[in-house]
Formats: sequence, C-alpha cells, structure tokens
Amino acid sequence: MRLTGLLLLVSGWAIVLAAFVMLGAAMPRAAFVMLGAAMPRAAFVAAGVAIEILGLGLVARSHVSVREARR
Amino acid sequence: MIPSAAPSEAATVLELACLLLIPLAIAGIALVNTGLGRSRSASHAMLASLCAVSVAAAAYFVCGFAIQGFAGGPAHTIAAAGKQWNWIAAQPLFLRGLALDASPACLILWLQVLSVGLVALIPLGAGLDRWRLGAVCASTFLLAGIVYPLFAHWVWGGGWLAQIGFVDAAGGAPVQAVGGLTALSIAWILGPRRGKYSSSEGGMPAAIPGHNAVLVLFACFLVWTGWLGLNGAGAMLFGGAPVGALVRVGLNTTLSAAMAGLAAAAITRARFGRPDASLCANGWIGGLAASSAGCLYFDPAVAALAGLVAGALVVFTVEWLDVYGEIDDPTGSVSVHAIGGIWGVLALGFFARSGSPVQPLAQVAGVATLLGFVLPFAYSLNWLLDRFSPQRVAPEGERQGLDLHELGAGAYPEFVIHREDFLQR
Repeated sequence: MRLTGLLLLVSGWAIVLAAFVMLGAAMPRAAFVMLGAAMPRAAFVAAGVAIEILGLGLVARSHVSVREARR
Repeated sequence: MIPSAAPSEAATVLELACLLLIPLAIAGIALVNTGLGRSRSASHAMLASLCAVSVAAAAYFVCGFAIQGFAGGPAHTIAAAGKQWNWIAAQPLFLRGLALDASPACLILWLQVLSVGLVALIPLGAGLDRWRLGAVCASTFLLAGIVYPLFAHWVWGGGWLAQIGFVDAAGGAPVQAVGGLTALSIAWILGPRRGKYSSSEGGMPAAIPGHNAVLVLFACFLVWTGWLGLNGAGAMLFGGAPVGALVRVGLNTTLSAAMAGLAAAAITRARFGRPDASLCANGWIGGLAASSAGCLYFDPAVAALAGLVAGALVVFTVEWLDVYGEIDDPTGSVSVHAIGGIWGVLALGFFARSGSPVQPLAQVAGVATLLGFVLPFAYSLNWLLDRFSPQRVAPEGERQGLDLHELGAGAYPEFVIHREDFLQR
C-alpha cells in the first residue's frame, strides 16, 4: 500500500509536469470543450493533483494500518 | 530572480541587516522544539538543533550551492517540446570560483546558508524524544545537500518552476513546505513515541505536553523578529523589491502572524474553554510560514486573511493528524510549516494583487511538485538511511530520556524526575 501510494504521488506529479511541458498556455482543444473553459492544461493539472491526494491518503493509511497490526 | 541592476548602497546595507536578523528565527525554532519536547530530552533537542544547523551549513557548502546556484548562472537543461527546461545548476563544488563580495549572488548565497539552517530544524520538531543524534546529522546532510537545493533551484535558481511562472518571495515552498514535508517523512519513519498510541487509552492518543511553555512563547517573539529579516531579505534578493517595499513586507509578515495567533487563541478558547498556549504558538508560527511566499505581493488585508486561515488550519490539522493520521509530531511541524507554507503559496496564486492569469495554475504546479516529488524523495532517502542505520533510539534510551542516554547528563539535574516517567506504558 505504501509503495503504491508513493508511486501515485510521483505519477500525479508526472501528469502535472507533462501538462506544463506538452500543452502550451491557453491552447484550446476540441476534445476539451466539455470542460467548459477549454483549458486542457488546468484539467490535467487538476487530475494530477487529485491522483497525488489519493497517493498521500494511501501512504498515510499504510502507516496507520502497520500500527494497528502491531497492537 | 536576481535584480539585473546593481543594488544601491542603501539596499545592500538593508539586505545585510535583514540577513543578520535571520539567526533569531533559527534560535526561536530551536527553542520551540526544546520547549515542546520532554524535560528529559531538552538538552538533546538543543544540541541536535546546533548540530543540524552545522551539518546543514557544511552540506550546503560542499554540494548544496552547486546544485542550487542562482538565476542566470550556469545550469543543465533538458530539451522538451521545443523548449529548454532548466533542472539543476552547474556551479562548482565547495563554492570554488565565487568572488564572495556584496554582489547579489553572494548575498543570496549567505541567505541560503541561513535558510538551510532553518529548514534543517523543522524535521527535528517531528522527531523529538526519539531521533538519534547521529541520524539527525545524516538526515540533515541529505536534506540540506540534495533535497532543499534541488527544489530551491527550481524556484529561485531559474529552474523549470520559475520558467512556468511560479513565484515565492521568501520561502513558503522551498523553506517551509520542504522542511514540513521532510518532517512528515521523519514522523512516519520513526513512528510515534512510546505510549502515545496505546490500546489502554481507548483508541485516543495520549497527550504528551511540552515541558516549558514560557520557552515556547518567548521563542515566538524571536521567530517573529527573525522572520522579518527572512522575508525582507527574500523579497529584496529573490523578488527584486525596492527598499521602500520593506514596509509592506514587514507589515504583511506581522499582520499574518498576529491574525493567525488570534485565530488559534479564539478557536482553542471556543473548543476547549480556554486558549491553549502551545497551539497559539503553533498558530503564530503558522501565520509567519503562510506569509513567506506572498509577503511582497499581498495587500495587508489579504495578508491578514492568509494569517487567519493559517491559524485555523494549524489548530485543526494538528488535532486531525494526531488523532486520525496517527502522526506523532510533538511540535506540530507538519501543520505549521508544511500546511502553513502550502496555504501561503496557494494564497499568493489566488489572492495576490496584480497576479498574472496563469499565476494560480503555476502555484498549484509548485504545490504538486512538493507533494509529488519532494515528499517521496525525502521519504525514500530517509527510509534508505533507516535501513542502513536505524534512526530511532533504542526503547531503553527512550524510556530513560535522550539526555541521559545519548549525552550522559540531563538538562535540569536539580529536578526530581517523577517515577512514572520511567514506567513503560
């Protein structure tokens, strides 16, 4: 669980990084019209951060469960 | 960024004055760590602080500055999507080739040696009463020699975060958040103090209060004074602020700390019936941490709001991490520095005056880098260190107290130690 959480943290960051490197500023994409503002970069950054939060939760949970098992 | 024009003599004198105040912040954080720990580890906490600052300065001298560098200095880049992305500096090791005069690059070097000392003290608070002195030194070397300089280069050395527009005037992300997230790694790896989470407490963590509230509250004044210097020097050297902007910086720093302290006092008064001294101190320092990133860019009202939110965040997250996260952080370093610092970075993106339209996204990217790179990196390095040499003191040493176990003498030899201090819970 801990390793998965750490990998999710890094994966989320990689998505954010890729969004800034690969997607130019304010480049509307037709596929993202459903997102309203047509801001693919913002959408990818939000997705990356969401994955990071999931990873952080997993890492935190892994430390709690280890202690629960020791009790 | 380094100001392009040569600074005036008055600006240089003010920058030097600000730099001279920063050791007060370091002393203050060391006192907070000591006061919030147990009396039987007080001497150890102060010595560990001194050692951490020394090791941090040495590590930064050996390789830290070579990795961090300064904006406009030599650096390694990666080409991606038709653009060169600056990721690490290419300065020589051991500060070779630097003129060491009053140039902006050298003033930045001095500021960074002081800042890295401050960063090194933040994880100490999370590892109080159970972190071996040797492990403190080894872990600090990794933090000050690798983790901090790399992230600081991305923010202040012309790195890729600076290229996408990330802004931080005085270290909300590189100093506070990096230190706070390393503290989180340390708290996870060391585990809680003995007796903190025992089944006999009905599932609730035991309260282990600090041993000297006066020390902690006095330290708040020291930290405030030091922070005025830290934020002032950062704003001038990294933000390119003119001399007159120091008024705004000082006002914002003070307002943020004051509102955070008041928020913490009001919340603890409402929840527990009376203000809690240690949480008020934590709130005060959390407000200072929240002011670091945007001290140059906030309007005073925004700085006050940032402080108010930081104070509330610190109070609630200290309890939340303790009860639900089972993270034994005796000084609240994670809440104060990581959460306070990250909140300040985000507040700069969303509430600062005259920010560019891309500023919020750039600030979020900075926070994503802290969570997605700095935290796993710091955790992995400290985990590896723990594999080679356990960072936690032996159970007998923890029962006895680190003063006697590691130093051979207590901080308060005239005090009678209560019998229950030696009982294993």
